Amino acid sequence: MPEITGYAFPNDVHVHWSLMIVMYPYITGFVAGSFIVTSLHALFGKREFAPVARLALATSFCFLAVATFPLTLHLGHPERGWYVLVTPHFSSAMAGFGLLYGFYLLVLSLEVWFVHRREIVEIARASHGPKRALYTALALGSLDTSPEALEVDARAVRILAAIGLPAACMLHGYVGFIFGAIKANPWWSTPLMPIIFLLSAAVSGIALLLVLYLATCRLGRRPIVRETVEAMARWLWFFLIVTVTLELLEIVVLAYEKSDAWQIISPLLTTRLEFSFISMQMIVGSLVPFILLAVVVTMDRYLHERVRNTLSAVAALLLLVQVFSMRWNVVIGGQLLSKSLRGLRSGYEPQFLGREGILVAALLFALPFALLWVFYRVLPEPAAERPAEPDAPAAKSRPAA
Amino acid sequence: MAETIPATGEAEAVRAVPRRRFLADALRLGAGAFVILSGLAEGEEPGEPYDWEAHRWAYLIDTEKCIGCGSCVRACKAENDVPDGFFRTWVERYVASAEASHVDSPNGGLEGFPPLRVDFAPTKSFFVPKMCNHCKETPCVQVCPVGASYRTRDGVVLVDGKRCIGCGYCVQACPYGSRFLSPATHTAEKCTWCYHRITKGLRPACVEVCPTGTRRFGDMRREDDPVRIAIERGRVAVLQPHLLTEPHCYYLGLDKEVR
Repeated sequence: MPEITGYAFPNDVHVHWSLMIVMYPYITGFVAGSFIVTSLHALFGKREFAPVARLALATSFCFLAVATFPLTLHLGHPERGWYVLVTPHFSSAMAGFGLLYGFYLLVLSLEVWFVHRREIVEIARASHGPKRALYTALALGSLDTSPEALEVDARAVRILAAIGLPAACMLHGYVGFIFGAIKANPWWSTPLMPIIFLLSAAVSGIALLLVLYLATCRLGRRPIVRETVEAMARWLWFFLIVTVTLELLEIVVLAYEKSDAWQIISPLLTTRLEFSFISMQMIVGSLVPFILLAVVVTMDRYLHERVRNTLSAVAALLLLVQVFSMRWNVVIGGQLLSKSLRGLRSGYEPQFLGREGILVAALLFALPFALLWVFYRVLPEPAAERPAEPDAPAAKSRPAA
Repeated sequence: MAETIPATGEAEAVRAVPRRRFLADALRLGAGAFVILSGLAEGEEPGEPYDWEAHRWAYLIDTEKCIGCGSCVRACKAENDVPDGFFRTWVERYVASAEASHVDSPNGGLEGFPPLRVDFAPTKSFFVPKMCNHCKETPCVQVCPVGASYRTRDGVVLVDGKRCIGCGYCVQACPYGSRFLSPATHTAEKCTWCYHRITKGLRPACVEVCPTGTRRFGDMRREDDPVRIAIERGRVAVLQPHLLTEPHCYYLGLDKEVR
């Protein structure tokens, strides 16, 4: 049994939303964040993102494929999970999940298909037997690669990206809304919650792509495009600043208002969440990467390429920890305080094995990367798009931010 | 007349057995009827189906009367098979002075309350029974993604255990800590005001066993109901009124310390 400081309602001593509900917003954050990177290239003309645009789309797709797993694993009755889709109770924020998820899945799948249709057709033409049959099936019988047809593809991609961006934002903003609209819990109940979730999703998405880009370039012995790393570091820095500002503002407002909730949230942050909030989320996860990225952004011309890449990669990895800590502190932190606002339970330690344990969470996090590997086996990046040529992508425009 | 004498004698001979049988049958019938009727409620006719439009249940807790015996918590556990460590109802103990306060509820008050020492000089102490407030604007019903949590027409908030997916959203949304996910059924559970009893004209188990009349149960649709009169004419409070959940569980003598 957990230890209680102060007085907690007797039913408030259980952490019903455990590690899987931490993983769920973490995973959907990558879905939305990666899509934002795709959009920066496809919709906002940030050409320096060209080398990671396809990777971003694939990453979003692979993380979306596993997004329902943590939810299903968490349910008391997983076999009834489909009730949410077939008999949704629309006064519940959670009932919107099926619609938002389904819609975004459709848009993203279509976009992936249109982006890769040309390669699918080319592989189908160049192969024989079952492989040919597979790729012909993947092309859905649409084997036309005339310039007109490719122009239609490009237009479809633009339209789908324009629909996909708000859909991705909605999908993740909705996750924040699930928490932000619970008036019973003062640590969750703030209209800032969906915005913080969305911005931290952008942080986690860009950070993950930066790490993936650097890692895949190094493993594939491909040159790393300086402008791409610079641009990602700059945007990462921007989203980090905005996210942490809002995260701190939320707390400062509570403290400054001297709200009744602050009486319990203050000890929550300084005792129960001392490590995960102050140390990990704010210092290791925010302050350190802020300084590292500030060096990359402001002193770029003096940095050796290896220093820039290393600083960016370390900052990105720390930001992946920051966003996980933020999810943990929201989901778990909100359940350590009792709604009596008089008591805190002792910290929550997830089990290692078991349906909602650390092992399953680690596998869940690894699964999208395995899917990504499969994705690239099936739909390899076309040689023409590889940023091998030094004059290829960026160089022409610098990000405005 | 002469003709009638044998007839009368015959009739008496015929009637003698049925009278005894009649009395025996009457006794049997009476005993049976007593058994059946004893289970029926005031105002409910035997065989009449329960009409949920005809009632609007309400609960009144007089905190001045509670002695913290915990009978209600034990009765609830026995009646509803509440799992250990979880509570459909519990009792809180408040010990306070103008400057300080202490609140506890050891095991929900299931075994009563052991003596207590506090590090301040208390000036008042009292007990507050807690349970689901059966709110009209209830956040738990609002957030249920599959409609497993619902409010009946007679004003009781219930969970359909066959529909509940066990997501726990209602547990998070309840401001009163009244719900829990049962480790036995893996679904949300809570106080039902003993719906299986009140629809048969009985009172909730906690009300039935309360030795001091702290807990009272009434029908807002019955004009002469004492609970209705107390709520309509007296000064009553509800828990966390700023959340506007419109509880149907009312309190008398609520202190500012109680949330």
